[in-house]
Amino acid sequence: MSAALSVEGLTTSLRIDGVWRDAVRDVSFELARGETLALVGESGCGKSLTAMTVMGLLPAGVGRLSAGRIVIDGVETSGLAEAQLEKVRGDAIGMIFQEPMTSLNPVLTVGFQIAESLIQHRGLSRRQARERARELMELVRIPAAAQRLDSYPHQFSGGMRQRVMIALAIACEPKVLIADEPTTALDVTVQAQVLDLLGSLQRDKGLGVLLITHNLGVVATNAQRVMVMYGGDVVESGEVGAFFANPRHPYSRALLAAMPRVDRPTADLSPIPGQVPTLADMPEGCRFQSRCPLREEACARRPPLTPLRDDPRHLTRCVVTAREAS
Amino acid sequence: MSATASPARRNAFFGRATRSPALMIGVILVAICIVMALFAPWLAPYDPDEQDVINKLAGPSREHWLGTDSFGRDTLSRIIWGARVSLFVGFVATLAGVVVGAAVGVVSGYFGGWVDRVISGANDVLMSFPQIIMGIILVAVLGPSLFNLILAIAITAVPAFVRIARGSTLAMKERDFVDACRALGFSNMRTMFAHVAPNIMDELVVMASLWLATAIRTEATLSFIGLGAPPPTATWGGIVREGFDNLLDAPLLSIFPSIAILLVMIGLNLVGDGLRDATDPRAPT
Repeated sequence: MSAALSVEGLTTSLRIDGVWRDAVRDVSFELARGETLALVGESGCGKSLTAMTVMGLLPAGVGRLSAGRIVIDGVETSGLAEAQLEKVRGDAIGMIFQEPMTSLNPVLTVGFQIAESLIQHRGLSRRQARERARELMELVRIPAAAQRLDSYPHQFSGGMRQRVMIALAIACEPKVLIADEPTTALDVTVQAQVLDLLGSLQRDKGLGVLLITHNLGVVATNAQRVMVMYGGDVVESGEVGAFFANPRHPYSRALLAAMPRVDRPTADLSPIPGQVPTLADMPEGCRFQSRCPLREEACARRPPLTPLRDDPRHLTRCVVTAREAS
Repeated sequence: MSATASPARRNAFFGRATRSPALMIGVILVAICIVMALFAPWLAPYDPDEQDVINKLAGPSREHWLGTDSFGRDTLSRIIWGARVSLFVGFVATLAGVVVGAAVGVVSGYFGGWVDRVISGANDVLMSFPQIIMGIILVAVLGPSLFNLILAIAITAVPAFVRIARGSTLAMKERDFVDACRALGFSNMRTMFAHVAPNIMDELVVMASLWLATAIRTEATLSFIGLGAPPPTATWGGIVREGFDNLLDAPLLSIFPSIAILLVMIGLNLVGDGLRDATDPRAPT
């Protein structure tokens, strides 16, 4: 069975002041069915841009896919014309957004919004689509689904709206679901419910989930694999267990050290010094070097993503820590 | 958020609407005009085209409440029938203007870039013509007929709706649900007209109610200068002109239809302002 999503050498450029600059460089990964791959990193590291590129939603004239292949459920979508992409989006691949409060159309009923994509992609009749919308609302555990079909988004709470968004995204049974910070805007208790829902849908439907987040706690409990991005580069990738037990890239270590934990006093929190350089003055070679405590001369050349000797599925883009592992 | 939010919002709208005396007066004035137009055959005491040359240019009397014109036709009956023409022309022309203007404006704002520059530029050129001048040019070129009159007024209405629809769309397309539409694989057409358009409808409706007044005024003006519906059709502008030609003999003949035009203008403007206030979520409830 082919991977739900396979990305090879994806490079996305943005036009800034008339100059095209690579905002995401050479990202490759495979997402198996039923698997959750977490994409983590701070704001501006390119994780959302990677998702937009996979969806084919880069704004024309501002962003472009300058290299790489994207294959969704066996169909190569990189290079497809917009009209063909429209058939893939919402059908083979779905997406849920960070802000459930604003991602639904305020003047249309939720039932209509869920039904709409079924009519579009599956050619269902209005009545069939409405019936299916009710089933989907039950599937995402919205109570009294039949009565709530005709409710408007503002009549739902944040968590319920995110459930509606999930119902929308999975309406056509996609193979891949991109969840861009799906729980950031929600209460902690609701977060757990939504993630739990996503997890069970994933098991039932064999859905591959690309989970974009900056919450490492969410990664630890919900993902099987993790990819850490910094400045548009994937700096580390591996199984979640191995990653949390022994993070290899200095940036990953810094991220984990910056996370509060109940078993440590908060005074031990260590922020990462400095800021992410802008695209225009990104350093040559390793992009983390300006903030890295382990920096040495070799960092001036771009380090390759190197597998560890003892765990070939665990890769790091750091010459110093790759050496230390061998 | 509760399940009662929508009825509550609706009640707030009606609460604001019914508590505004200006809006109520506007509604009553417009309603009178609509009733006149709809029930003209039953309300008018005489056939509006029936001539009585012996009684021409008569002042108000028990037989002819508002007097007669130069053919001896009953002025009250002609004003009542004239409401039909005025409202019909006003409604149809405004509706056409809204539909065309909104479609063009949504496309312009949604796509942006060169599409927007071309449409906005052309629109600004059209907008720089005063409506009356534009109406005169169009009717002069097309020839006077009821259809051409409507067409000309509709064309003068289009630019205003292009501008408002474009502006609202620019604001609306930054909203997340537009991205969500694209992520669901909806075409641009579907996103624009099934998702963006319903969200800007309230602004278009308010604007349309104000434009209705302008359209009726333009119709009256064009009829007054002889470019309206051809005689003997009774139109308010036509009656004013009739009276204007006989101003010294029968000054009231111009005054009565003018009052009708004035009251409808005031009514529609009050309704438009009231609707704007009632739909404005920032207004105090």
